[in-house]
Amino acid sequence: MMNLTLKIWRQKDANDKGQMVDYKVTDISEHMSFLEMMDVLNEQLVNSGDQPVAFDHDCREGICGMCSLYINGEAHGPDRGITTCQLHMRMFNDGDTITIEPWRASAFPVIKDLIVDRMSFERIQQAGGFISVNTSGNTQDANAIPISKHAADEAMDAAACIGCGACVATCKNSSAMLFVGAKVSQYALLPQGQVEAADRVKNMVEQMDLEGFGNCTNTGACEIECPKGISLENIARMNREFLSASLKG
Amino acid sequence: MSGLLSSSIARKFAMALSALFLIFFLLMHVSINLLSIFSEDAFNVASHFMGTNPLIQFLMQPILIIGVVFHFVMGFILELKNRKAVGVHKYVKNNGAANSTWMSRNMIYSGLAILLFIVIHFLDFWIPELKYKYVEVLPEEPTRYYHEMVEKFHNPIKVGVYVVAFVFLALHLLHGFMSAFQSMGLNNKYTKTFERCAKAYSIVIPGLFIFIAIFHYFNQ
Ligand code: SF4
Ligand code: FES
Repeated sequence: MMNLTLKIWRQKDANDKGQMVDYKVTDISEHMSFLEMMDVLNEQLVNSGDQPVAFDHDCREGICGMCSLYINGEAHGPDRGITTCQLHMRMFNDGDTITIEPWRASAFPVIKDLIVDRMSFERIQQAGGFISVNTSGNTQDANAIPISKHAADEAMDAAACIGCGACVATCKNSSAMLFVGAKVSQYALLPQGQVEAADRVKNMVEQMDLEGFGNCTNTGACEIECPKGISLENIARMNREFLSASLKG
Repeated sequence: MSGLLSSSIARKFAMALSALFLIFFLLMHVSINLLSIFSEDAFNVASHFMGTNPLIQFLMQPILIIGVVFHFVMGFILELKNRKAVGVHKYVKNNGAANSTWMSRNMIYSGLAILLFIVIHFLDFWIPELKYKYVEVLPEEPTRYYHEMVEKFHNPIKVGVYVVAFVFLALHLLHGFMSAFQSMGLNNKYTKTFERCAKAYSIVIPGLFIFIAIFHYFNQ
């Protein structure tokens, strides 16, 4: 059982200035998940008539990409290859002070407490993160198109991105290139996606820039903090795709 | 910087291209400097050639200056844009060392240190040289270069500044060289080998510059 001090960012709404507030939680089991620890805190706050801390979460099993949190200076906390909902309290020690902040980036404004608005990611997706399928009734079976194992594997790895935004949160430039690189790659690697590849990469990069994400300087922090192990190769692929698409006009 | 350089990826690409050009220039520069260790005459011949050949003076030199200025200006533009992207709210606690190198997070500072050095270097070497050739139009003296240079390295403060500047250059290159390849879209099975070569280059080339300065300091 652990007793912890939590330093948490509290902000009433988008316009509030916000501040760090200290809380104490006691008797936290190391078997709890980090979000369960947050639930304990919130129960405590509700019982004492205070506002609970707002934070994003949904599946709580590392697949939806909703949970976020910058914990002790790292996106999704100190563990690797996991989302915040998969982080366990056994990563911490009795008496620890844990700092919990929202993702920080101009393109991810805070809505309330630890919740940020990630609609900028949605708008990037809408700009081209799809393939146009005409359901005319005689649509070809996807399995009829031969795809090399290598391409299929790489596309699958890129498609593992859950759009959580940890890459942006951890980037010193608030760049979204790992996310966009993954989304561009998952289609660019497959024949179905190649038809619209040039327009896709140009439109998605344009939207990414419009949203006010920064310029990648290849620090590689995103790759390390990404819960899905999305590789920097996807950024290089996006760069290639973009440059060749731009040269073609 | 509108038009072609309006997209983030195009800017990255331009930054990488100018970087690779400057990296290549460093190799040329150090090669000539190295001659000064082995032979006074060879150094003088090479310096005289570089200093008087019209192709180098009026084509290569302006290209080099444009390359240097572009790399710095673009570096600052990117830094400002990135600061804007991060916004006014910074993390209270941010553990950058957990996921990236010091070099990669501080390119703007190592770059600033190098810029400062280039200014000093221009005032010290380049401006007097221009004055000699184009303002005062003194007679060509193909044997003056070696002594002019060695003289400068007899000043311990200059040597100190020189050494510190090249340590910053090494730090800048340790991230920048490999980063340029990634920006140009090169990330494949040869990346690891590339990385090793780039790291070696980043240490060996600045190391040679430092060695040459110290060599002349002690070889009085
Ligand atoms: S690339 Fe990784 S860190 Fe970025 S949004 Fe996708 S899953 Fe999250
Ligand atoms: S809550 Fe769904 S990934 Fe964490």
